Amino acid sequence: MTADAFAALLPFIVLSAAAVAVMLAIAIRRSFRLAFWLTAGGLLVTLATLPCALSVAPAYVTGLLLVDAYGLFFHALFLLAALAVALLCLAYFRRRDNENEEIFVLLLTSTLGALLLVSSAHLAMFFLGLEVLTISLFPMIAYSVRASRPLEAGIKYLMLSGLASSFLMFGMALVYGDLGVLSFEQIGASGAELGQKPLALAGLFLILAAIGFKLSLAPFHLWTPDVYQGAPAPVTAFLATVSKASVFALLLRFFTTVHAERSETFLCVLGLLAVVSILAGNLLALLQDSLKRLLAYSSIAHMGYLMVGFVAAGLLRRDLQAETIAFYLAAYTLTSLAAFGAISAISDDARESDRLSDYTGLFWRSPWLAAVLMLSLLSLAGIPLTVGFVGKFYVFAAGVQAETWPLVTTVVVGSGIGIYYYLRVVLAMIRTVDTAFLPAQSLHPAAGLVLAVLAALVLGAGLFPQTLIDAASQTPQISAGAPKGNRHSAP
Amino acid sequence: MILLWLILVPFIGGLLSLPARRWRDYAPRWLALAALAVDAVLVLTLFADTGAAPKTDWLAQVDWAWIPRFGIRFHLALDGLSLLLVGLTVFLGFAAVLCSWTEIRERQGFFHFNLLWTLAGVIGVFLALDLFLFFFFWEVMLIPMYLLIGIWGHENRAYAAMKFFIFTQVSGLLMLIAILALVFLHYQTTRSLSFDYFELLEADLYPGAARWIMLGFFVAFTVKLPAIPFHTWLPDAHTQAPTGGSVLLAGVLLKTGAYGLLRFVIPLFPGAAQDFAPVAMTLGAVSILYAAKLAFAQTDIKRLIAYTSISHMGFVLLGVFAGNAQALQGAVMTMLAHGVSAAALFMVAGALQERLHTRDMDKMGGLWTLAPRIGAITLFFSVAALGMPGLGNFVGEFLVLLGSFRVDTAITAFAAIGLILAPVYALYVMQRAFHGPASPCEVRDFGIREMGMMLCLIAATAWMGLHPQSMLAYTDARVNGLTRTLAQRGP
Repeated sequence: MTADAFAALLPFIVLSAAAVAVMLAIAIRRSFRLAFWLTAGGLLVTLATLPCALSVAPAYVTGLLLVDAYGLFFHALFLLAALAVALLCLAYFRRRDNENEEIFVLLLTSTLGALLLVSSAHLAMFFLGLEVLTISLFPMIAYSVRASRPLEAGIKYLMLSGLASSFLMFGMALVYGDLGVLSFEQIGASGAELGQKPLALAGLFLILAAIGFKLSLAPFHLWTPDVYQGAPAPVTAFLATVSKASVFALLLRFFTTVHAERSETFLCVLGLLAVVSILAGNLLALLQDSLKRLLAYSSIAHMGYLMVGFVAAGLLRRDLQAETIAFYLAAYTLTSLAAFGAISAISDDARESDRLSDYTGLFWRSPWLAAVLMLSLLSLAGIPLTVGFVGKFYVFAAGVQAETWPLVTTVVVGSGIGIYYYLRVVLAMIRTVDTAFLPAQSLHPAAGLVLAVLAALVLGAGLFPQTLIDAASQTPQISAGAPKGNRHSAP
Repeated sequence: MILLWLILVPFIGGLLSLPARRWRDYAPRWLALAALAVDAVLVLTLFADTGAAPKTDWLAQVDWAWIPRFGIRFHLALDGLSLLLVGLTVFLGFAAVLCSWTEIRERQGFFHFNLLWTLAGVIGVFLALDLFLFFFFWEVMLIPMYLLIGIWGHENRAYAAMKFFIFTQVSGLLMLIAILALVFLHYQTTRSLSFDYFELLEADLYPGAARWIMLGFFVAFTVKLPAIPFHTWLPDAHTQAPTGGSVLLAGVLLKTGAYGLLRFVIPLFPGAAQDFAPVAMTLGAVSILYAAKLAFAQTDIKRLIAYTSISHMGFVLLGVFAGNAQALQGAVMTMLAHGVSAAALFMVAGALQERLHTRDMDKMGGLWTLAPRIGAITLFFSVAALGMPGLGNFVGEFLVLLGSFRVDTAITAFAAIGLILAPVYALYVMQRAFHGPASPCEVRDFGIREMGMMLCLIAATAWMGLHPQSMLAYTDARVNGLTRTLAQRGP
């Protein structure tokens, strides 16, 4: 192995080592705090190795992985998100002594899966990364084993994930059977005649179905509300952000490298998925009384908005597409982490507070917590001052520039409906009730720290988005060798 | 810099009034007054700098880079029109704080925070000359207003707040799409990506595109104005808002719609606006008559005043689209005069509700004998609103009718019927609430604070009626510019 390849692989190696270290530490001494500090240290060291990997990017390693700026942007995002989730776990599982440590091992391995997924350049690594991510997620979802809801959610996710994986396998088999290659680049090289290869095209659609399941795009979304509601709140935060963002980042890399956008049908299907997701997600969210279910449906709608950005920007230019997706995913990750973090902060292992009635008058009981939740809801609704607005601005900018008017109209309709249910939560929080009868919410310092940082980021990146835009637009280079676009000259 | 401080002072004042509540219960309202006093000094310096009749177009500017990626700048500028409207905003800001003096007893810190942030947003709207920045302020002023209605409003506040927010937000998104379409069309011809007002004034649009983009702006501004058929949010929002909120809504927020028409729709799309003028003028005339008729049918005094607002705003719409110098001057004058008179009427209604705990005019009667000062002031502003010569509203409406008569005789004749309907509803209020048999209860008359405030508003109305030239001089340059643009680039 050359030094360059080693440098490129360093984040993966460090993260794997951290997972092993935490596991060994648990075997020697069961201590929740020790496991947490090891995890946090592992994530931070991995983060510190990213510049090292960036210095050799873009680099193919073993033909399975491609380490490039695009992937590393997401690595940084996921590592930070995992750190936030670890802190939330520390607060959430504080009541359960000496049986919680494994959550951190699972957190590290699923983060590793997400990192592998966004860097994969080969169908085999695609599958491996996805499975590492998913298999670590089952036990995380069902982690509160004494309650029935998490178990139900875990089983549901396991069964449906298995189904999606089999779709994925079958799709890959069809692609391989028709084209005889597995690496993204080589599939792309034979992509010109993709239209005349019905088997390969069918394979791509099956892969899309599997990805649609992971992203919970309608009509593959049925698992989402149950799993979101059943999983412990910090795990839901992880599921909603890292798991979805990694699959979407891969979707962009895969479908642009294999030149799926040359197939008109393919774009139409993606557009249709976007429209159905936006409408279904927003309309069903109207009916929810559980905040976690509401956010689950809202995430379906957000994946739809993102898909609009994907299709519209894809019609324009490759680098704009990557920038749009990277920015929107970063914004969505920050916002969702803040929202689920707030839920997590007032819940614990014994009691999950996700009914809307749990939030009545929260603004007067614990104003800071309510302010963070309100900020994240406004950011999800795309109101200025927040980073979510800039994300939505990207989607609108791409949609208007590509003149995809049906998609833009759907986003407007969806946002209009969205405001209603986000504001319902805000209204519940500001309802003036006699607060004397309701307990004041005590905030664990770890959760408080996460929420404060996230709120500052949501506001900061909403007011001065240029820094995040710069980071996101460093990523246009999706496939090695593609010319770097002059990103400031054009939108 | 002075422009930035105009926005920052209420912004910071709002932030400070949150902790101020801990110190003394009444500290937030004194703080709010102090912040407004500082702003008033700033406005007066600007008035003093310009002298009685400004010669140059733009009196002050601030122009910094903000989000270079999209060519978005932090660009504020002030001309005579914005100066008058900012002056009105600060003036009515005082009124809003003073009329909430005894009405708001709970959560004063957060109330004044929202009040001041609304004012900061509105001032931002009047100053922004970058279209993105304009949209930013346009949306930012919604959230605090929403909270004002949602927290301190009356019995049906949740519904009203929600309706207000959804109407303005969805129409705002249409404006965002129109802004983006304008920017990208401009980009296609010039290869320069900019949201700057002056650069977009040069945009060369083909008529079809201009018409659609103009409609996007038009809908957003007529929702805010409001005009038939987008007016249904207004009666609910005005009725349910606390008095301070109603004062700001009627006095200032409605004016942002009219300001948008004058600042953006006419100069950016002179040709399309002229083609569209017959439709817009008809909408204006229909608003005048229809809302006047509805006002007559109300028993809720705040709802009645809300409908009269729609009626008066119909004159503004008529005047703006008539497009000659008299009509435009009349529209500006109506905006200012209606701002003052509607605010005063809402304050009377609020005072009545505070004393009688009802807004239902059927339950009032004979108030003149119980509270002669309230009666006299209501009479004065009712007479002002119905267009008595010598008061500000008359000047505005007269100029609008004079100007639009030369453009379209039929519509103007139709609209002039509004001048007959206005006395009907104005006198109806007097008759129902102040005459007739007195109820046996005690009603506290206006005290020194309320009388002082009302005398200022009376003085302003009388000044505008007796010496309108002192106001019109400030907008002369802008109005002449508009008529020139219409003459040059019209069809």
